[in-house]
Amino acid sequence: MSGIRVENLRKTFDNFTAVDDVSFGIEEGELAALLGPSGSGKSTILRIIAGLERPDHGRIYLTSREVTHHSVQERNIGFVFQHYALFKHMTVEKNIAFGLEVQKKSKKEIKAKVDELIDLVKLEGYNNQYPHQLSGGQRQRVALARALAPEPRVLLLDEPFGSLDAKVRKNLAQWIRDLHKRIHVTGVFVTHDQNEAMEISDKIILINRGRVEQIGTPREVYETPATKFVASFVGNVNVVESVISDGSIFINGVSPDITLQMRECDLAPGEVVLLVRPEEISLARAATENNLPGIIRAVHYRGSFYEVEIDVGNNLVKAVIDKEEYKAEEWRAKDPVFVLFGKYKVFDASEGYQQVHSMLKQYGYIE
Amino acid sequence: MKPTPDPVDIEVITLWDKRVRREKLGKWIIIGLVFLWFAFLVLFPLYGIFREAGEEGLKTIFSSLKTADSIHAFYLTFITTLVAVILNTVFGVIMAIVFARQKFKGKLLLESIVDMPFAISPIVAGFMFVVLFGPEGWIGSWFESMNIKILYAIPGMMIATVFITIPFVAREILPILREFGREEEEAAATLGASRWQAFWRVTLPSIKWGLAYGVTLTIARSIGEFGAVLVVSGSIINMTQTATLRIHDQFMNFNYPGAFSAALVLAVFSFVILLFIQYAYKKKGGPLL
Repeated sequence: MSGIRVENLRKTFDNFTAVDDVSFGIEEGELAALLGPSGSGKSTILRIIAGLERPDHGRIYLTSREVTHHSVQERNIGFVFQHYALFKHMTVEKNIAFGLEVQKKSKKEIKAKVDELIDLVKLEGYNNQYPHQLSGGQRQRVALARALAPEPRVLLLDEPFGSLDAKVRKNLAQWIRDLHKRIHVTGVFVTHDQNEAMEISDKIILINRGRVEQIGTPREVYETPATKFVASFVGNVNVVESVISDGSIFINGVSPDITLQMRECDLAPGEVVLLVRPEEISLARAATENNLPGIIRAVHYRGSFYEVEIDVGNNLVKAVIDKEEYKAEEWRAKDPVFVLFGKYKVFDASEGYQQVHSMLKQYGYIE
Repeated sequence: MKPTPDPVDIEVITLWDKRVRREKLGKWIIIGLVFLWFAFLVLFPLYGIFREAGEEGLKTIFSSLKTADSIHAFYLTFITTLVAVILNTVFGVIMAIVFARQKFKGKLLLESIVDMPFAISPIVAGFMFVVLFGPEGWIGSWFESMNIKILYAIPGMMIATVFITIPFVAREILPILREFGREEEEAAATLGASRWQAFWRVTLPSIKWGLAYGVTLTIARSIGEFGAVLVVSGSIINMTQTATLRIHDQFMNFNYPGAFSAALVLAVFSFVILLFIQYAYKKKGGPLL
C-alpha cells in the first residue's frame, strides 16, 4: 500500500514554473527526502501535498485515497514548518494539545496524549514553558510533537534541521530517524543538504528546476547517479573534460598517447565529461595501465584525511587520501604523480552543462 | 603587598576619569533639557488646570459637575466613545486582516485612504459630514424624507467620531499581523483548525496587545475629539453637547469653575489612559505572551 503518491503535479507562480510534471510514490512507513538546491521547487511540492498550496494540475493520494480537492484540515497530515511556527502565546503543553483541542477531544484523552508525546520527544519538565524559553532543538521537538498529536497519516517536514547548528542538527537527525522507526508513520522531509538526506532517508527524490531527476535509495543515487546533476549535487565530484573518439577517452590536455578504455559504450563520439568522486581516485608514483600523469598542485590537511589537488592535463582533480597512505607516500606539491580513476561516469558535455558547471564552481571543484 | 602602579597606568586612569566625568555632565545636560521642555509644554499647563480648579474649592467643582447638563455631556462623550471603539475595533481588525493577508487591485489606494483621518483637519471632516447629511446633501435629504435626524443630533456625532478614529486599531495591528505572518495560521490549519478557530485561538492572542493599544488610542481620541463634533453637533446644551464641547461653551461664557472642573475630569481620565497606553505598548513590544 502506498503512503503518498503524487501524479503529474504542476504549479506556476506568475511566470515561474516551480513544479513541472512531478510524479513519485512513497511506500507506507517510508521516510523519504525531497532533495534539491534552493529554489528547485521541493518546498512547493511539500506544501501541495499538505494542501497549503493548490496545484495547477495533477493528483495527490494519501494512503491510497485521493485528496487532491481536500482542504488542509481534511487531509490529516502533520506538518513541521522550517521555523517551527509554534504558537508563541501558548505553553509547550498547549501547543501539543492544540490539534486535539480543536477536535474537541475529552480533557482526559488530551492529557494522556500530551504526556505520551512529551515523553516521546524528551521534554519532561518543560510542559509549562513558552517557546521563547526553549532552545532551537527543543522548539523543533515541540513542533514535531504538536504535528504528531492528532495521529496524522503522513508527516511532512520542511527543512526540519535548516535553522539548527551543526551538532544539534546531527543528533536531532539521528533521533528523528530512530523515532520514525518506532512510530512508523510515512514521512517526507525537504532538504538541500545531501548529507542529511543520505543519513536519515530510506528514499531520496532528487528535484531540480521543478522536475524529478532521480528516485532511489541513498546508495543508488550516490553510486549510480542517473544524471549529471545528480552526480554533482549528491556528494563531491570531479569533472574531467574529455573527448570520446575511436572507442577511447582522451583527457583534455593530456598527451593523446595516453587514453582511458571505454567502459560504457552508449555515448557517441564527441565532447564528454567524466564525473569521478574524490574517493575513487588513487595515486601512484609509477605508471601502470590506464592511469594518467599529473602534477600535484597542493596538499591540504582535512583532519581525518588529506585532500590532494592534482593537475591532470587541463583539469584540476581533487583526491581524498587517508592518513596511512599519506604517511607512506608523503605527497608534496609539485610531485609528479599517476592518477587512477576507479568508478566514474561519463556524461555528454552539453547536457545541463551550465548549471552543473556553476554548481561545481560554487563548491570549489573547478575554477 | 600592593604593587606600585606604573606611571603610564596612572596617566591612562586619569584620562579615563576625565572622559567619564565629561560624559556624565553631558548626559545630565541632555536630561535637564528634556525636563525643561516637558515642564514648559505639559507640566505647567496641567498644573494650571489643577490649581485653577482647586482654587474654586472641591465643593464648587462637585456642584458644577453634578448639574444635569454636565452629566449629560459626560454621558454623550461616553456613548460616542463606546460606539467608536466597538465599530473601529471590529472593522479595524477586519481591515488589517484583509490588508495583511489578501492580494487585490487597489489595495495600496485603499490602505492610504484608511490614513485619511490622520491627515485631514477635524473641522474639514466635520464640514464634509455637514455637506453630506445636511438637508441639501444627497444622503441628508433622503434621511430627512425618512424623518431621521443625523445632523445636529447624536447619530451625526457618532459618525464624525468613528470617522476621526478609523486608523488607530487597523494601523496598530497591521504591522503585527504582517510580521506574525501566515505560518502560525497555516500550522493551525494543518492541525485541523478551521479558519474561525485559527482566528480566535492563534491570530487574536498574537495581536491582543496591539489591539489593546489601538483601542486605548481610539478611546483617548474619541474623548478628546472637538472640531468635527462641534461642526456636526451644533453644541446644543443638554442635547448634543459632549464634555469637550461643554468645556468650550463654559469657557466662552466666562463660567471658569465649570470649565475647569470638566477639564479636570478629562485630564485625570487622560492620565489613566496614558498609563494604560504605556502598559499596552510595553506588552506589545515584548514577547507576545
